[in-house]
Amino acid sequence: MSTVTADVHSGDHADHAHAGGFLRTYVFSLDHKIIGLQFLFSSLIWFFVGGLLALGIRWQLAYPWAPMPILGNMLAGAEGGQIAPENYTMLVTMHATVMIFFVIIPVLAGAFGNFLIPLMIGAEDMAVPVLNMLSYWFMWPAFIVMGASFFVEGGAAQGGWTSYPPLSVILEAAPGSLNGQTLWLIALTMVGISSMMGSVNYMTTIIQMRAPGMTMFRLPMTIWGMFITAILQAFALPVLTAAGFMQLLDRVAGTGFFLADGATANNALMASGGGQPLLWQHLFWFYSHPAVYIMILPAMGMVSDILSTFARKPLFGYKPMVYSIGGIAGLGFIVWGHHMFVSGMNPMLGMTFMVATMMIALPSAIKTFNWLGTLWGGKIQYTTPMLFAISFVSMFIIGGLSGIFMAATPVDIFIHDTYYIVAHFHYVLFAGTAMAVFGAIYYWFPKMFGRMMNDAWGKVHFALTFVLLNCVFFPMHILGWTGFPRRLADPYHYETFRNLLPLNQFISWCAFIMVGVQVIFVINFFWSMFFGPKAGRNPWHSNGLEWQAPSPPGHGNFDFQPQIYRGPYEYGSPEVEEDYYPQTQPPPAE
Amino acid sequence: MKRFWSLLFLLVPIGGVATFLVAPYFNIVLPRDVSVHGRVIDNLFMFILYLTGAVFIVTELVLFYFMWKYDAKSNSKPVKYSHGSHSLEIVWTILPAVTLLFIAIYQMDAWATAKMNPPNIKPHAEVTGRQFNWDFRYPGGDDELYTEDDIVRTDGKLYLPVDEDILLKITSADVLHSFFLPNLRLKQDVVPGMTQSMWFKAKKTGGYDIVCAELCGWGHYKMKGRVFFLPREEYDQKILEMAAEQNTMRVDLPDEDE
Ligand SMILES: [Cu+2]
Ligand SMILES: [Cu+2]
Repeated sequence: MSTVTADVHSGDHADHAHAGGFLRTYVFSLDHKIIGLQFLFSSLIWFFVGGLLALGIRWQLAYPWAPMPILGNMLAGAEGGQIAPENYTMLVTMHATVMIFFVIIPVLAGAFGNFLIPLMIGAEDMAVPVLNMLSYWFMWPAFIVMGASFFVEGGAAQGGWTSYPPLSVILEAAPGSLNGQTLWLIALTMVGISSMMGSVNYMTTIIQMRAPGMTMFRLPMTIWGMFITAILQAFALPVLTAAGFMQLLDRVAGTGFFLADGATANNALMASGGGQPLLWQHLFWFYSHPAVYIMILPAMGMVSDILSTFARKPLFGYKPMVYSIGGIAGLGFIVWGHHMFVSGMNPMLGMTFMVATMMIALPSAIKTFNWLGTLWGGKIQYTTPMLFAISFVSMFIIGGLSGIFMAATPVDIFIHDTYYIVAHFHYVLFAGTAMAVFGAIYYWFPKMFGRMMNDAWGKVHFALTFVLLNCVFFPMHILGWTGFPRRLADPYHYETFRNLLPLNQFISWCAFIMVGVQVIFVINFFWSMFFGPKAGRNPWHSNGLEWQAPSPPGHGNFDFQPQIYRGPYEYGSPEVEEDYYPQTQPPPAE
Repeated sequence: MKRFWSLLFLLVPIGGVATFLVAPYFNIVLPRDVSVHGRVIDNLFMFILYLTGAVFIVTELVLFYFMWKYDAKSNSKPVKYSHGSHSLEIVWTILPAVTLLFIAIYQMDAWATAKMNPPNIKPHAEVTGRQFNWDFRYPGGDDELYTEDDIVRTDGKLYLPVDEDILLKITSADVLHSFFLPNLRLKQDVVPGMTQSMWFKAKKTGGYDIVCAELCGWGHYKMKGRVFFLPREEYDQKILEMAAEQNTMRVDLPDEDE
């Protein structure tokens, strides 16, 4: 909690900002806002890469073994652009890896966490700026190693993003397991180190650096989402890191943690053994189930803030919302086994995980009802960020409900590893989180760059993406209904799935167009950065503390000492004339 | 504009319901169920589909209605300055909690039948997944696996009697695979070093797909098999035939690489 007076504070930092030169200011910056933007830009670039990888998958499912025009040579590397079967497994592996570890996690925690936490709680920066800078620069070894893995002998990893041994451990089991998997593990460790440095910093900052008057229950939901996410990261990540090291040792030192006795593949007999392939799955999902929440809680927080702002109405059920994310965080650690119902795990254990999983649906339901409650009786302004936020609610209903099928163990026997699952997690992660991130970019862009994005083009971008994503992902439910398995390069030589080709072609064409439509966003983003209308401090008439700082905020963030009087959701309060009541505005004198 | 945006969101429940209603006309449905226990799983699937479908339609319609009604331009009333409602929170906590708990308990039987209570019989065959083939070993005349007269087949065709309890031992020779029988609503990952069981009873004769449902390498997509359910006499005949074939082919025990 800073006690410096306003003028000393801002004067002091104005010097810093210009003293360092280009390299200190924009590259190796200690400023949380610059670091946040660095995360944002690198995530958006990887988002593009991950999208291209998805196009390869969709091409193969629509036109199996036909040479892929334009992208084929780049993605598949084989003659004439035909996607070889081993390259198809590489595409699914790397699409998921890139989207999860290089896009969603860094864009939520890295970009928005960094940019928003100090601004929303009234701090001048993160608690440990150097750690913050390192958390970004540890991503680069990961980027380089993962990028390089495409070019080593055998190509990038092919064991799925879940990297189940023995496929991922025995070098001869798949071309991608030759070298690519080793690089995959090294890159993931780097991402882990980066996330860990970030989360320690976030927790400390949120606990220690809040402005006077900013009590925990006056924090915006975004901050609650980031806070709980940081806790989840800190407790779950060490397990993944340790498991990754064990797999690395299995591969390079012959330890055999995850190999049964006499393990063999492709005529190569492994000397090591005595381990258990299922052990990896337990360790992996002990991290990766909480990671699902790491990938959605911050998005839920940002959506809550946007909904309340543009409904011009207080957030419905603030405390139940906070308690539900707390509940999700707690339960999130005892449901990992729902990924393993048919893995060979003790079926008795399956029942336990099933009950816990059913219960974790409850906090999500509570949150959804509260979002609807927020809209009820408001005065909704249909701005671009609001449309994305509402679409998050609408899409999360689908992604949440389809999860119940998987939690029901007997049904999961049938739909496990089918397109039903693919539909489910794309509704959560793409239709949910990615749409929330788009909304958040449109919403906080004025704070980031001091200029507004074009609202009309934003709406065009929204409407097209919204319609197309549903055309892409909703039919995947009925694909899964037939048992259509995921990760199959050519499913059509099974009698059961032969009639699904036309539907897959429809999905693929919608996906191609959807990726193309994102050009509208890219142009709008860069054009507005330089030529958008000036935003001013508070273009949306929001209550949040970040909107009281200059746009963009200078080094040190606030040009006054923030004093907080109330929570961030006092829209339409009878105490004031205007329909908003900023957190820093003193109550009217009696 | 409120018309446009709220109607756009109304497309979600309409399109969602329409997709599931139209799919059967294109034969996109649960594959034909030929097992005795499969109906329980299908009923559970449909039960959850109707239940979540109802919740889906109601919540999406509420969202549409709010978007329509509370548009800033047409709603002249002041906003409801409300921070929430205790009684509502309690209602929408308890209702889903009870429903979810009900589903959890309701399905336990089906799970136990499929995965926890194997019939007390000798295995009809051993299934081994290997990159990229399903191998089958039948016990032969003495009904015991791993003896001299075992029949080992690597042609990806599994023959079993219809209308009888079937017990299979399943395992893997190399990496993970998953033994998936869509028409019997059964799936079980096979793990090297672990021998597991799978049991069921088929009620229709004919040939059905065996699908590998766990990524196992570049040839995962072609790791295909067929299971044939035969009337008892035909089945016995087939076993004799395969035994005779094996004797002329002089296949070495215990197993052979292709
Ligand atoms: Cu999970
Ligand atoms: Cu396979």
